[in-house]
Amino acid sequence: MTTQVLDSHDHHDHDAEASAKVVFGFWVYILSDCILFSMIFATYAVLHNNTYGGPGAHELFTNMPYVLIETFILLTSSFTYGLAMLGAHKGNKNQLLIWLVITFILGASFICMELNEFHNLIAEGNGPQRSAFLSSFFTLVGTHGLHVTCGLVWMILLILQVSKHGITSITTRKLTCLSLFWHFLDIVWIFVFTIVYLMGAM
Amino acid sequence: MSNQTHDANHGTQKSYIIGFILSILLTIIPYSLVVNHLLIGDALVIAVVALGIIQLLVQLIFFLHLSSHPSQRWNLITFSFTVLIVVILVIGSLWIMYNMNYNMMEHAN
Repeated sequence: MTTQVLDSHDHHDHDAEASAKVVFGFWVYILSDCILFSMIFATYAVLHNNTYGGPGAHELFTNMPYVLIETFILLTSSFTYGLAMLGAHKGNKNQLLIWLVITFILGASFICMELNEFHNLIAEGNGPQRSAFLSSFFTLVGTHGLHVTCGLVWMILLILQVSKHGITSITTRKLTCLSLFWHFLDIVWIFVFTIVYLMGAM
Repeated sequence: MSNQTHDANHGTQKSYIIGFILSILLTIIPYSLVVNHLLIGDALVIAVVALGIIQLLVQLIFFLHLSSHPSQRWNLITFSFTVLIVVILVIGSLWIMYNMNYNMMEHAN
């Protein structure tokens, strides 16, 4: 933290220091969100065999290619967000906006695929009220999906702000916070993919 | 110095591409292990969990740019503390609930 001030040797000394503090604060929020997710994962791990006579993970998660595509979409969106940030640091507004829009489309596709999966499960009578296992499944995957949805709303707002105000120290700070959030959600999904889907399919 | 600090905080195009390729590989490998039944039993579980943890490290380093660089010191300290809390919470919960299940079964018999 202290050496980040070195980064801003000639001008905006004060701005850079304030931004670094905001970003660090946001990082601490991400870590607390991490603890929230770890509790939901622990709940899922405890309840995943309590199917109350209903279908278990092995019977439900048979469409693995679908989940693999979801994972690739989210991984790619994390990568394209990185490219958007490179554009921001180069001061290249077009590169930033194009990659942000691509990231948004990928994130929105991910949410659509997830909603479709939820819809199919509920239509087959395997909604969250079916068993403790399904309650914990919907809580875990739904919480992640809600986070991604919030990230998408935030992304739209930033796309509008950048196209209006350009790349300023304030928009860069906001973009940096969202990048931490977006990469974090990608990491959480890796755990969902591993623990819920891969281990469920074993 | 200023350039290094810059890279340490933002990453480069190269680091994003390396991270992306590695994370795709680390997704395909456990996926094919599970779907094609290349391993069975405990070996499969251990392999999938290990690959998941490697994936976590790859994303932390290449996407979140977490490093031992001085500018990252506080990020790393708070992260390590969170890992500690998460490990206590998750392992503690599983341990307690496993024992509770076990004891309840004993009484049922």
